[in-house]
Amino acid sequence: MLLIYCPYCEEDRSELEFRHGGDAHIVRPTNMADISDEEFEEFFFLRDNPKGVIYERWRHIHGCGRFFNAARDTVSDRFLASYKTGEPKPALSGASPASAQLAEPPAQIDETTEGTAK
Amino acid sequence: MADQTLRRPPLAGRQGGSAAARISMAAPATRLSLRAGADAVPALSAAFGLDLPVRPKGAASAGGRHGLWIGPDEWLLIDETGADLMALAAAVPAMHSAVDVSHRNVAILVSGPGAATAIAVGCPLDLTRLPAGAAARTVLGKAEVVLFRTGEDDYRVECWRSFAPYAFDLLVEGADDADL
Repeated sequence: MLLIYCPYCEEDRSELEFRHGGDAHIVRPTNMADISDEEFEEFFFLRDNPKGVIYERWRHIHGCGRFFNAARDTVSDRFLASYKTGEPKPALSGASPASAQLAEPPAQIDETTEGTAK
Repeated sequence: MADQTLRRPPLAGRQGGSAAARISMAAPATRLSLRAGADAVPALSAAFGLDLPVRPKGAASAGGRHGLWIGPDEWLLIDETGADLMALAAAVPAMHSAVDVSHRNVAILVSGPGAATAIAVGCPLDLTRLPAGAAARTVLGKAEVVLFRTGEDDYRVECWRSFAPYAFDLLVEGADDADL
């Protein structure tokens, strides 16, 4: 069972108590009526879906009920940090940023093992 | 005030369990879902006659009345004597929200040396880190519950009334397992 640290309950709780809430740190435009369709699409629909570290909102819906943010590695499904809503992204040690993993040239992918899950 | 005379509590008087853990339905009580900011907590505490806990898993009890910490700005108040909690809340001028949920919830009592084992059958919460006098909202199987450890071997499981048959039967299964 996956354990998620809730910064409001201040302890690890079972994933059964949580709901996923999409990407974190998405800034809602203050001039919503003025932006173009393309800008609205960018804000509303388009997400990076990185292979690696992603910052997400989670809600401890069956616990304290609070939304909070967490950094998760989408490859290992490991939670790297949890922090309260409104706090800045924490500095992560030992985790490679998603951009670095995306920057790997395709030539490095070994086709004989590409299909195996990492 | 919840009208006690019109109430038909589900599973009233039902009992079950095993030698390790006894399962029974608690008597009707008045309940309040309370939301308030930190600045209103002293006034509300004074009105209800108990220190509303401000730490996770906190619970305060006085004279059959319990105040359970649910979230940073949320409490579940239970009065086993049937006192009119809404009237007490209405007298507090500080900004808060109080909803009478007396009829929404029922409580299942689990007690005995195997009580924790019986609950752990459907509950992912680490009960070794829920000391006596602590409470937490969590899940029991598919149902959301508020778990209140009233004693070393005594638990009060607060669940929504429509989940009561499911939660009760799950706990009875757990009590049987705890007795193996």
